[in-house]
Amino acid sequence: MNFKNMETTIKKTVGETRLKLTKISGSEAVVKCLLAEGVDLAYGYPGGAIMPIYDELYKYQDKLHHVLTRHEQGATHAAQGFARVTGKTGIVFATSGPGATNLVTGIADAQIDSTPLVCITGQVSSHLLGSDAFQETDIIGISTPVTKWNYQITKASEIPEIMAKAFYIAKSGRPGPVLIDITKDAQFGEVDFKYKKCEKIRSYRAIPKLDIEKVKAAAELINSAKKPFIVFGQGIIIGQAEAEFKAFIEKTNIPSASTALGLSALATKHPLNVGMVGMHGNYAPNVLTNQCDLLIAIGMRFDDRVTGNLETYAKQAKVIHFEIDPAEIDKNVKTDVAVLGNVKESLTEIMPFVNKMQHAAWLQEFTKLYQKECEVVINDQLNPTKEGLTMGEVINKINQETNGEAVIVSDVGQHQMFACRYANFIKTRSSITSGGLGTMGFALPAAIGAKMGAPEREVVAIIGDGGYQMTIQELGTILQTEVPVKIVVLNNSFLGMVRQWQELFFDRRYASTVMKNPDFVKIAEGYGIKANRVSKRENLANAVKTMVASKEAYFLEVVIEKEDNIFPMIPTGESVSDIRLS
Amino acid sequence: MEEKQNFTVSVYTENNVGILNRLSAIFLKRHINIESMTVSKSEIDHVHRFTFVVIVSETSIKKVVGQLEKQIEVIKAFYHKDDEVIYQETAMFKISTKFMYDEHIQNKFKFRRAHIVTITERYFVIEASGLKEDIDRMYDKLKPYGLLQFVRSGRIAITRPKMAISELLQENI
Ligand SMILES: Cc1ncc(C[n+]2csc(CCOP(=O)(O)OP(=O)(O)O)c2C)c(N)n1
Ligand SMILES: [Mg+2]
Repeated sequence: MNFKNMETTIKKTVGETRLKLTKISGSEAVVKCLLAEGVDLAYGYPGGAIMPIYDELYKYQDKLHHVLTRHEQGATHAAQGFARVTGKTGIVFATSGPGATNLVTGIADAQIDSTPLVCITGQVSSHLLGSDAFQETDIIGISTPVTKWNYQITKASEIPEIMAKAFYIAKSGRPGPVLIDITKDAQFGEVDFKYKKCEKIRSYRAIPKLDIEKVKAAAELINSAKKPFIVFGQGIIIGQAEAEFKAFIEKTNIPSASTALGLSALATKHPLNVGMVGMHGNYAPNVLTNQCDLLIAIGMRFDDRVTGNLETYAKQAKVIHFEIDPAEIDKNVKTDVAVLGNVKESLTEIMPFVNKMQHAAWLQEFTKLYQKECEVVINDQLNPTKEGLTMGEVINKINQETNGEAVIVSDVGQHQMFACRYANFIKTRSSITSGGLGTMGFALPAAIGAKMGAPEREVVAIIGDGGYQMTIQELGTILQTEVPVKIVVLNNSFLGMVRQWQELFFDRRYASTVMKNPDFVKIAEGYGIKANRVSKRENLANAVKTMVASKEAYFLEVVIEKEDNIFPMIPTGESVSDIRLS
Repeated sequence: MEEKQNFTVSVYTENNVGILNRLSAIFLKRHINIESMTVSKSEIDHVHRFTFVVIVSETSIKKVVGQLEKQIEVIKAFYHKDDEVIYQETAMFKISTKFMYDEHIQNKFKFRRAHIVTITERYFVIEASGLKEDIDRMYDKLKPYGLLQFVRSGRIAITRPKMAISELLQENI
């Protein structure tokens, strides 16, 4: 009797237990775990220590599509873009040594921006661990401070349980990246494959239990406030609480401002959306942070780019913090009432306790300051009088041509802040940017991942001439996968954001911020991507239109006024209310 | 500036490889020096207990404990001030036997909790337990005799307030 027949016989006789007798390789088990978790897309780059897994990826390619990026960092950002647009966990593969270390930037980015990733790295065989073997790197040690969890698998038998834990930890509670390092012998080893999803880990409480007394205490403060003000973050998006949030603010009529990562959780044009807070946020919400009598923080963590000088941040106000992560409470700003829990649940629970309110005069103050910002800054961006193109007008054209339906993936620098400030978001999960880490090079690969995650949506990457060249090799991924992303490079021939600081705080000493750039159009064309360059205002509208109309990937370089600045601005260490308009 | 003081941090964890790295990374991230550290099993089967001593402000230790506790394999972390713990350290001194019958030296370690644990032809070993200050005092006294070796353990501490680990584990199952 051959093995196959034996298997069917056993199947007939003992039914379920047949599974227990099916030994498969560790590497096949890895792929089966992913399939069991519903994964059908992964990013990565092969190499010696992960070849057994790639061999299985080859066999399972009908079920699980692997995208070969051009650098492992690109794989992490692509997985982040995918995760941010879908809410699912992004998957990354890399080999040991340099493959693994190349993941570090993306993992750190995912950790600080709470993005769920499962990264799987190959490792040298367990008997070689610690011997400085070829391409051995202590990736567990290196990644520990930047992962939510990590683990080294040295036996095939560990794979199902550890992979289940990895998925549970990455996605549950406050999401984050998990790295699983698998030795080559564990990939070759055999395992009785049986997969059970993880639903609990005794030492880990994903979501703190909501305390209804806190909800009531918060409602009391909200009901008695004269000038309440909300700052909301990505927690709303991660917690899928957009509808609950909208209902809550519409009942209480509280002016609400977004952090950079909270953008698109509430439509930009919603009458209660008063813009973005922070270093390059809008004027009104920053100034009025220091005049409100109640600050309600929802799913945000008081990053220093949001608060400016903590000594002078909202000192006059009582503070309510809706948060899922207990470690964030009182970390930067002392709260009066902390409502721990899942924000969707908290906002649902608080509804019956809050009164309907108007706050008309208070809202009027936001409008007044917005008008001031328009006069000094915005009008000049949108209808410039100077000859050179402004970043604001380019973003505005993209709004018009995409009807605000696009996913805007921005890189890091001036163009990022212009994208955050001027993009008109209608739908949630429409803004993807590297906030906490500020990783130049994020946008191109993240846009690839976002487009793959949401193929029905227009995805436009907004990138600076500097950051573009940090992951420009991912054009190769576009060439190979034909993913139809739109790439806009706002070229000011400078590392603009740093130059702006040099202009304002270092007497215009432009140390290493001048860029001599290549012919970006030719480069894109070299990768088989349609490309265009525009430098005149009269050609901008058509150029954007053509790009948006393209069914394929498209590259548009926009030559921007060289020494333009992004305002308003809160200089580092200053108070939010000392925000400068020029 | 808020005053810095000793804090005993007790961290109950699963017994897995790499946890020490994860915990120490949190102190490192905040540039906090670890004064002493001890790892042992705890009163609960398969649960490990780390005991750290750090000198920081209370505001700072609260945040550190929050971040320690956030680690997946940490069951619970606590911090206590010195008056909330019963604690001690153990030290061993290796001294040349030629000083063994020196009257002075005998007086020096004649305090309640020091005794000789080994005597050989060449050296003898004194073990002492007590507060850090007791050990420090003894160190200063014995140093002139030329210590062949000296070692001191990290602080071990029992807290006066309850640390409800079993209940917590029960809840989470
Ligand atoms: C990897 C990385 N290195 C350095 C920086 C510091 N940095 C922040 S913005 C910036 C300039 C970005 O220039 P560019 O991409 O041209 O965008 P611009 O500001 O000109 O719009 C630099 C160097 C960073 N954020 N990330
Ligand atoms: Mg630039």
